[in-house]
Amino acid sequence: MTDGKQNWPLYEVFVRGKRGLNHVHVGSLHAADDRMALTHARDLYTRRNEGVSIWVVRSEHIAASTRDEKDPFFEPSADKVYRHPTFYDIPDDVPHI
Amino acid sequence: MSDDHVYMTLAEGHEDDTRWAYGTGFEDPLHGVDTAVPDGVDAGELADLCVTLADDALVSAQRLAEWTTRAPELEEEVALANIGLDLLGQARLLYSRAGQVDGTGRGEDAYAYFRDAGEFRNVRLAEVPNGDFAFSIVRLLVFASWRLAHFERLTAHRDPVLAAIAAKGVKELAYHRQYAAEWVVRLGDGTEESHRRTRKALEQVAPYLGELFTAFDARDEVVAVLRQVTEAAGLPMPVYRPLPGSGRTGEHTEHLAPLLAELQGVARAHPEATW
Amino acid sequence: MDTTHSSPAGSGGTEPVLQEHFDATIARDRRIEPRDWMPEGYRKTLVRQIAQHAHSEIIGMQPEGEWITRAPSLRRKAILFAKVQDEAGHGLYLYSAAETLGADRADLTERLIEGRQKYSSIFNYPTLSFADVGVIGWFVDGAAICNQVPLCRSSYGPYARAMVRICKEESFHQRQGYELLMTMMRGTEEQREMVQDAVDRWWWPSLMMFGPPDDASPNSAQSMAWKIKRHSNDELRQRFVDMTVPQAEKLGVTLPDPELRWNEERGHHDFGTPDWDELMRVIKGDGPCNAQRMERRRTAHEEGAWVREAATAHAAKQAVRAEKGAVA
Repeated sequence: MTDGKQNWPLYEVFVRGKRGLNHVHVGSLHAADDRMALTHARDLYTRRNEGVSIWVVRSEHIAASTRDEKDPFFEPSADKVYRHPTFYDIPDDVPHI
Repeated sequence: MSDDHVYMTLAEGHEDDTRWAYGTGFEDPLHGVDTAVPDGVDAGELADLCVTLADDALVSAQRLAEWTTRAPELEEEVALANIGLDLLGQARLLYSRAGQVDGTGRGEDAYAYFRDAGEFRNVRLAEVPNGDFAFSIVRLLVFASWRLAHFERLTAHRDPVLAAIAAKGVKELAYHRQYAAEWVVRLGDGTEESHRRTRKALEQVAPYLGELFTAFDARDEVVAVLRQVTEAAGLPMPVYRPLPGSGRTGEHTEHLAPLLAELQGVARAHPEATW
Repeated sequence: MDTTHSSPAGSGGTEPVLQEHFDATIARDRRIEPRDWMPEGYRKTLVRQIAQHAHSEIIGMQPEGEWITRAPSLRRKAILFAKVQDEAGHGLYLYSAAETLGADRADLTERLIEGRQKYSSIFNYPTLSFADVGVIGWFVDGAAICNQVPLCRSSYGPYARAMVRICKEESFHQRQGYELLMTMMRGTEEQREMVQDAVDRWWWPSLMMFGPPDDASPNSAQSMAWKIKRHSNDELRQRFVDMTVPQAEKLGVTLPDPELRWNEERGHHDFGTPDWDELMRVIKGDGPCNAQRMERRRTAHEEGAWVREAATAHAAKQAVRAEKGAVA
C-alpha cells in the first residue's frame, strides 16, 4: 500500500448499450473499490449518456475457460493472462466493441 | 472494414452513436420549450437569476478545467472533466436565457467574456483556488449539494426555459454530489494524511457556507449531506462561521480577477474576431 | 496464402506446433486474442507499441489542455474540454489493451516518467496561439487517423477493438480542428495570420509523426509481417500529404514546402524531406518541451499518490469491516 507503484486493482467493464441487448465486455479500468469502478465505468465507457446498465467485476474474480481445455494451442503462456480472459468472440464488423 | 480511404470507415452510419461519447445523439434540453417570458414573470429578475446561476457554473467549470493533466489518476481526469463539462453546459444555457429575456439580445459569450470581476455574481466558494484534491472535492460536495437543492426548487419555476434547464441540471448535480461524497468518505477514512487534509479542507470551506445560504437557503439540505458524509468519513462537521460580504453583490476574493483574466484574455485581445 | 514468414525473434524454445498455429492465425487474418499462445517477440512489440501509443494520448493532453481555460468562446471551451477528456479516455482504452498482454499500468507509467518509454515526438512542441488548437486537430489528429484507421485491423484483438473506438472519436477531433480554422480564416486579418503561422510551425513535425523513413525503420518489417502494422511509415506519410493538400487549398493556407507539387506519373504529391535529425533530437529528449511535459506528468503522478493510497486504504478497511459484519 505504501509502494508508490501500487495500482488500484483492475476491473473488467460490461455495458448494456440499450434495452434488449446483453451486457458486452468493453474494456477495463482501475479502481479502489466497486463503487469507484462503477463511477469510472460510467465516466469512461458511457461518457455522459444515460440509460445504460453497467457491470464491473474485479478481473481476478473471473474464471475463464480456455477454448478447449485439452488443447495445448490455447494454453496461456504468460503469467498474467488471467487479467484479461477472452469473454466473447465478437465478429470484427460489430462496431464499438 | 476497409481502410482504402481513411475516411470511408468514419463516414459510415452513426445511428448507434448515442451509446457512446462521440458528441452526437444528445438531446437539446430546450427542444419544444416555449421561450416567451410568461405573464407575471419579471424579465429583469429572471435575467439576473440566470446570470448568477451561470456565473456560479462557469467559474466552477473553470476551476475544474484547471485539474486537466493534474488529476491524481487518469480515471479522475475523465470524471472531473465530465463534471466541468456539465457545469459549463449549464452556464451556456443560462447565459443564453438571460440574453433572451433581458432585452439586450446578447449571446452567451458577451456575459462570459466581456464583464469584469465586479460584475460577476458568483458565490466566492466557486472562485477560490483549487488547493489540493481534498479541498476541491469538499468544495464540490458543498457546491453540488447546494446547487442541487436550488435546482430542484427551480424545476417548478414559472419560466419554462429555466425550469427545463434546472430539470436537466438536477440529474447532473445529483451525480456530482454522489461522486464528491464517495471521495470525501474515502479520503476521510483512508490514511492519516488524507484524513488530515480533508479535515483541513472542511475548515477551509466553512467560511463560505453562510454566503451560500443567504443566496439560496438550502441550509437543511447541505447540512444533512455534510452530516451524513462526515459521519461516514469519521470527520468532524465544519464549524459554521460566515465571512462578511457576498459574491452575489459583486464583493469577491482577490482570486476572481486573475481567473477571469485567464478566461477572457484571448477573447478580449481580439474583440473583432470570430471563433 | 503465405504462411511462411520468418520465425520471429523470441520464439525459440517454444513448441513449434504453437508457433505454427499462431502463424496460421495471422495468415488467415484472424485475430490473436489474449489467452492465445503468442511468440514473446510479438508480445513485447505489441506492449511497446500500445504503451507508446497510450503515453502519447496522455502527454498529448498537455499542449491543448493549456488552452481550455483560455478558449475564446464558451462553445470552443466545451469542445476543447471534451476533446482533451477524450484523449484521457483513449489513453485508458490503450493501457487497458496493454494490460491484456500482462503489462501493468503502474509499471508503464513508471517507465514513461522515468523516460524509459517514449511517446510521439509531436507533443514536444509548444502551442503558441489558439490557432494551434485548430492546426493540431487538423494535422495531428489527421495524421493520427491515417496511422490508426489501419490499426483497427491490427492482428491483436484488444488493440484493434480499442482503435475502433478511438478512430470514431478522433474523427470528431479532426473535424473540430478544421472547422475552427475555417472560422478563423473568415475572421480578421490577424486571425488569418495566426492560422498560417500555426500551419508553418506544425507541418513538418506532423510529417515526422509517421516515424523515420522505411529504410531507417528497422522494426517495421517484422511488425508488418505480424500484421500489427498494416502500412509502412512512408506509405502513411504519403497518404497524409495527399489528403491534406486539397484541404489546405480549400482553407486558403500555404503548406511550407517549396517542393510540394502533384506528380501526375505517380498519382501522388511529391514533397520535401523532413529534418530527420530534428526528429531524432526530439525523440532523444531535446525537443522544445520534452522536459516540461515529463515534469507535468511526473508531478501529477507524485502529487496524486496520497489520494490513490487513501482510496486503497479505505477499500481495505471496508473489506475488513464487511468481513467482521458477515461473521457477526
